Amino acid sequence: MAVGKVTFTKAEREKLAEVLWLLNWISVVTGAILFGLGIFLKVEIQKWQEVMSEQGILYVPHMLITTGLAACGINYLGSKICLDCADTNKFLRWKLVMMPYIVCTFFFTACVLAGALLCYSIRGQLEESLYQGLRNAMRFYKDTDTPGRCYLKRTLDLLQIQFQCCGISGYRDWFQVQWISGRYLDMTDGAVVDRLRSNVEGKYLMDSVPFSCCSTISPRPCVQHRLSSASSDFSYDHQRQPLNLWRRGCGQALLDHYTGVMQSIGLTVLLIWLFELLVLTGVRYLQTAMENVLRLGDPESESDGWILEKSLAETACYNFDIIKNLGKCYQVDDDPNINVPSVAAELEVPSQQVQVQS
Amino acid sequence: MAVMKMKFPFQKRVKLAQGLWLLSWCATVAGATTFTLGCLLKTELHRRAEVMDNTDIHIVPNTLMIVGLASLGINYFASKICQDALDAGRFPRWKNFLKPYFAISCFFTVLMLLTVIMSYAMTGSLESSLKVGLRNGIRFYKDTDTPGRCFQKQNIDRLQMEFQCCGNNDFRDWFEVQWISNRYLDFSSKEVKDRIKSNVDGRFLVDGVPFSCCNPSSPRPCIQYQLTNNSAHYNYDYQTEELNIYLRGCREALVNYYMGLMNTIGAGVLSVFLLQVHTVLTAIHLRFLQTAMEAVAGNENTEIETEGYLLEKGVKETIMEYLDPVLKFLLLKNQVQEGETAPVTA
Repeated sequence: MAVGKVTFTKAEREKLAEVLWLLNWISVVTGAILFGLGIFLKVEIQKWQEVMSEQGILYVPHMLITTGLAACGINYLGSKICLDCADTNKFLRWKLVMMPYIVCTFFFTACVLAGALLCYSIRGQLEESLYQGLRNAMRFYKDTDTPGRCYLKRTLDLLQIQFQCCGISGYRDWFQVQWISGRYLDMTDGAVVDRLRSNVEGKYLMDSVPFSCCSTISPRPCVQHRLSSASSDFSYDHQRQPLNLWRRGCGQALLDHYTGVMQSIGLTVLLIWLFELLVLTGVRYLQTAMENVLRLGDPESESDGWILEKSLAETACYNFDIIKNLGKCYQVDDDPNINVPSVAAELEVPSQQVQVQS
Repeated sequence: MAVMKMKFPFQKRVKLAQGLWLLSWCATVAGATTFTLGCLLKTELHRRAEVMDNTDIHIVPNTLMIVGLASLGINYFASKICQDALDAGRFPRWKNFLKPYFAISCFFTVLMLLTVIMSYAMTGSLESSLKVGLRNGIRFYKDTDTPGRCFQKQNIDRLQMEFQCCGNNDFRDWFEVQWISNRYLDFSSKEVKDRIKSNVDGRFLVDGVPFSCCNPSSPRPCIQYQLTNNSAHYNYDYQTEELNIYLRGCREALVNYYMGLMNTIGAGVLSVFLLQVHTVLTAIHLRFLQTAMEAVAGNENTEIETEGYLLEKGVKETIMEYLDPVLKFLLLKNQVQEGETAPVTA
């Protein structure tokens, strides 16, 4: 028994063809939207790619871009097909193309779904990449004279200003890296030499943060230096001055930003997937209905449309058999005219035993 | 004697009305665009209202919005006239509206041009408004505990970071103002007491700038304090250091920004103005149509060829015809206020 059987009159078939033509055109638009979303995500990731340790995450926008382009092409073809399907004569032109087209569309729709699910599942990889990238960026903050790293200071400063964050998980991360280059340290100064000596690796560490950590909403001018000693600045107690620096870590800030972007994109892509699925179902019904009309021979009669001709299990077995037999280049036929030696050899009578009746 | 008489076959009348209708709709859209541009400009000016001393410059976006709305209405009205233009039965009811339509349309077209000229003329006003506003902002930077001024610090910091500028004319403006509040000064420290004593007004002045003046593109960590003291920092020369803090003044940055915005909007409004002039000229063609239709009215065969003209009488007489009611109105006013000194007529 067929799966999802529906009977269509001639008028209903024509109506279905018209509606599908319109839906296919809308799908071209949604394909363009998908393409646009891919471009937008790519631009967003590339804005801050210097603070990401690996570029692997770019495969998500690339997938969205290719799927979007494919959607435009497939649905444009689909609209052309559906327009012709209203008439049985014109349908004959597309008869051979329909089945491969539907199979392609099915796989393409699966790709759209995969794209949507990727958007949600990328968070773990993104987190890892961001934290590692930020750690490197902070380490190379001072290397403004090293080629390949000279813009890291600027990028990190702009990041902290724009996202209103400081350090990776908090401002104390700056206490553990040397962010002032040796070029600007006076090595003849006793205090500097002492500090360098007191550190195991010879790094110049301070309890200070760069200016980009300063909060604009603080009522007092920014206190950047000597943050860990309470008596450093008059009336400054870092426990009771929460507004002086940005409290949030940049790892969390960037992660939240990208997760938000990807979740919105993922939701839109899911909706587009549902729409594509609807269009695919409609096209399948139209295809089966038109083929049945041709089989019945009367263009004016009613015909059945379905999603699958037999049940799901039977269709799966049938397709599996086809795939199995694809590998065999020599087929065993049931044709009686062909001599099949292996089985019939024992039944053969030797020629000298055949008595010739004279 | 009629001015510019022309013959009008039926087909020509149809084409004229259709062309006018399309043009009117284009001009309606253009009017809506003008209104939107005016709203945009007003929003942008409003965003930085805290660093502007007065709102004189707001006359430019306000006029743009009024002109846009008026143009929208007028051209919609014109398109309605064109729709009825070919129907001899429906056209007569618009007869009385055509003269005021010409007058109002011309007036708003001229006003549009004036707005663009005004936007250039008001540069000076904008600049002086910003000068005073920024000076106050810098002066009240430290007063984060005074109601009405508590957001000045935040605004100035955000402004300096966004427009990449420092101070009013340049960063030296910060040297003349006490921008660190007394609440955060340790009056038991000798250094603080000396500095306050050395100043005539008892203010704590430093040769330093707030952190928002720092330039992220600088290769070295930001030097904010003791800017003029070369020996206070290693390998630092105050005269040649260009990247450490922003050297541009915020007044210059803001004026450039707003002038750029007004130039772009002005270009858009000029093209709308040209479209509007075109529409007014075709409204003159409409006058042809009107006179041609008047000749048709009363004739049973509406598809005959008729004559149309621009002005029924000569130019001088028509101008007098327009000005007469205006003068009468003013003269009337004169008569009523006879007892007082004669009012100045326009």
